[in-house]
Amino acid sequence: MTTEILIAGFGGQGILFAGKFLANMGMLEGRYLSWLPSYGPEMRGGTANCSVVLSDAPIGSPIVNRPDVLVAMNLPSLDKYEDSVVPGGTIFVDSTLIDRKVKRTDVRVFYVPATGTANEQGIAKLANMIIVGKMMKECDFLPYSGIENAVRTVVGAKHADLFDVNMKAIDLGYNFES
Amino acid sequence: MENKVLMKGNEAIAEAAIRAGCRHYFGYPITPQTELAAYMAKRMPKIGGTFLQAESEIAAINMVYGVAATGRRVMTSSSSPGVSLKQEGISYIAGSDLPCLIVNVERGGPGLGGIQPSQSDYFQATKGGGHGDYHLIVLAPSSVQEMADMTSLAFDLAEKYRMPAMLLADGTVGQMMEPVVLPEEKNVEFTEKDWAVTGTKCARPHHIVNSLYLVPEELEQKNFERFERYAKIEETEARYESFMMDDAEYCIVAFGIAARVSKNAVLAARAEGIRVGLIRPITLWPFPKKALKDASEKVKGFLSVELSMGQMIEDVRLSIGCSKPVELVNRAGGMIMSPEEVVAGIRKLKEGEAK
Amino acid sequence: MIVFEKPKSLTNAELHYCPGCTHGIIHRLVAEAIDALGIEGRCIGVAPVGCAVMAYNYFACDMVEAAHGRAPAVATGIKRSLPENIVFTYQGDGDLASIGMAETVHAATRNENITVIFVNNAIYGMTGGQMAPTSLPGQVTQTSPYGRDVKTAGYPVKVAELLSSLDGPEFIARVAVNNVKNVRNAKKVIEKAFRNQIEGKGFSLVEVISACPTNWGMTPEKALKWIDEKMIPYYPLGVYKDKSEAKEDAQ
Repeated sequence: MTTEILIAGFGGQGILFAGKFLANMGMLEGRYLSWLPSYGPEMRGGTANCSVVLSDAPIGSPIVNRPDVLVAMNLPSLDKYEDSVVPGGTIFVDSTLIDRKVKRTDVRVFYVPATGTANEQGIAKLANMIIVGKMMKECDFLPYSGIENAVRTVVGAKHADLFDVNMKAIDLGYNFES
Repeated sequence: MENKVLMKGNEAIAEAAIRAGCRHYFGYPITPQTELAAYMAKRMPKIGGTFLQAESEIAAINMVYGVAATGRRVMTSSSSPGVSLKQEGISYIAGSDLPCLIVNVERGGPGLGGIQPSQSDYFQATKGGGHGDYHLIVLAPSSVQEMADMTSLAFDLAEKYRMPAMLLADGTVGQMMEPVVLPEEKNVEFTEKDWAVTGTKCARPHHIVNSLYLVPEELEQKNFERFERYAKIEETEARYESFMMDDAEYCIVAFGIAARVSKNAVLAARAEGIRVGLIRPITLWPFPKKALKDASEKVKGFLSVELSMGQMIEDVRLSIGCSKPVELVNRAGGMIMSPEEVVAGIRKLKEGEAK
Repeated sequence: MIVFEKPKSLTNAELHYCPGCTHGIIHRLVAEAIDALGIEGRCIGVAPVGCAVMAYNYFACDMVEAAHGRAPAVATGIKRSLPENIVFTYQGDGDLASIGMAETVHAATRNENITVIFVNNAIYGMTGGQMAPTSLPGQVTQTSPYGRDVKTAGYPVKVAELLSSLDGPEFIARVAVNNVKNVRNAKKVIEKAFRNQIEGKGFSLVEVISACPTNWGMTPEKALKWIDEKMIPYYPLGVYKDKSEAKEDAQ
């Protein structure tokens, strides 16, 4: 099985980091994977997106044109990528920053007030991981049991102090009921 | 699983180069290859190597020339506009029969162009690039694993044939992360080459590293000798990957990231019942002419898939002696085709051939 | 008994330089310095593009031929690869002060531990006498047939002065080889520029004012006089920078 994930939002929202988390988790689970960032000057303040492909077989294109899973962290991203999601796919929307509903009726949609929740909980920069937590709950491409190891890997030894807050964000998302 | 690490393509090149015994890196900042230089800047001082940010691409390639003249492993990296600047030095290195590695993480052109991925330096890389008659060994990685493996291979081939080798990558493969098994650390013992400048120690005649021959007969002879070597390389070193070609009626030819997209297209087209396969040149020079020639005896047509206005397509046509139709699916300027666009190209090729 | 001998560091090849050209003297001074310091076995020279392009045939040490202006970059590569060897470049004014200015300035500012012999004869010799970056105001050349007009062609580049304004380089000096006294002094200064490298002190450049009778359109004798009358007043001789000496003086 191959899952193509597209995470999109503003630079500074941790778009690439969320993708790195999924990539690391995929690697720890022994899956084939690729992680591809948008790159260039738009990294600061402009739009950023990140393609992650997880598969049981060697991966062809690392570029996600038709995502199975879309994470939209801002309105321009939802506007741009909503139509590209495959029928039956899943869209995660940061409903704090996006006030419209998804128009598509052939996809699953989860609205998570990630930015608002992160602000309330004093983990302002971790809206990305709240949505990742929700993704872990609603999609079965990676097992819950692997989360701790993946977080540990992706924060690295140098930033081990960030392990707890990242776990907290993921748990908030995982346990969020819309 | 074996020791896999998650790395960007650009970083994989840097680490693989160090493990291949390269201790000298010279470069100048340019997107999208900056991770490579940054990695070298961090690692080289810790292992007694050289990282030097030169005043220009021109200076960097000439520093490479200097180290190469001493017989040690050396590299530089850049992206398209910077590689244009290096061409003078590359010509001198080729003309002096020195080995080295040049990495081009291509971006769109011409001119200042853009910073998104491209393959439009194909002609420059495979046909010489600078002035005079010469070739580079050109390797085209299409995954992070190949970024590492081909770095190692490039150093070995460059040294074996005493000529510069180029890794022709693109911004996508440079920027993407994939799990990679890094090559073993090579203990490259420094053996004094019988052509290198290392000081005569007053024990041998002086060595001269040079590309100047004012007597035309001598210069012609040098060129003849070099091309005898090139002929041998064309015979023995062409590399390619064949994907689903056994029963293929149509053949896609693509390298690097375009080959990755094309693999998706092959599977999609086969789901529609079109028997298509892929030949992915791994060496762009020498070009896998024979593989294409052999394929031309079985398939009805070829599709060259490139991130350029159509450069490799000329080599595809030459390889098969224009014996079958060859069509182009391309994007340029930093755009990448989707698998659907490639499938559409296959359909068109099939319809055209049916007429 | 005094025996006149060819320095060991020169080969037996016959020099191709024109009659009255002072490249031969400078080659000899470089070779004598190498001999005197006993470094011929670990010397690696870098030849330029210009009149000295075939210097690789004349110096008996290992030699590399660089592209036009790139000798300091090539020397940087060699020195970084083989820090125990002694690396020098031998460059003319077009090579060093025009097309290779960036490489010159940056090797100097990095205080790259190399020795640079810079031959300033105020003209492009090899290509037949075109205006050089160091051609004097009013100097007639093939490409300044009415004399160098500073309004359109700018002023000469004073390399020694320019480089000595940098914090990086160890040693910058200007000498001439137009008379016995000057040649003797040039010999001492060139030897120092090599000794600095042996002692690990860093970038040492000697600008040598040299004669080009052929392209100046003068007899050799007149050319040597022209150096005194025209060149040296514009390009004063002397040591422009000597970091170690400055440090010793301060102590």
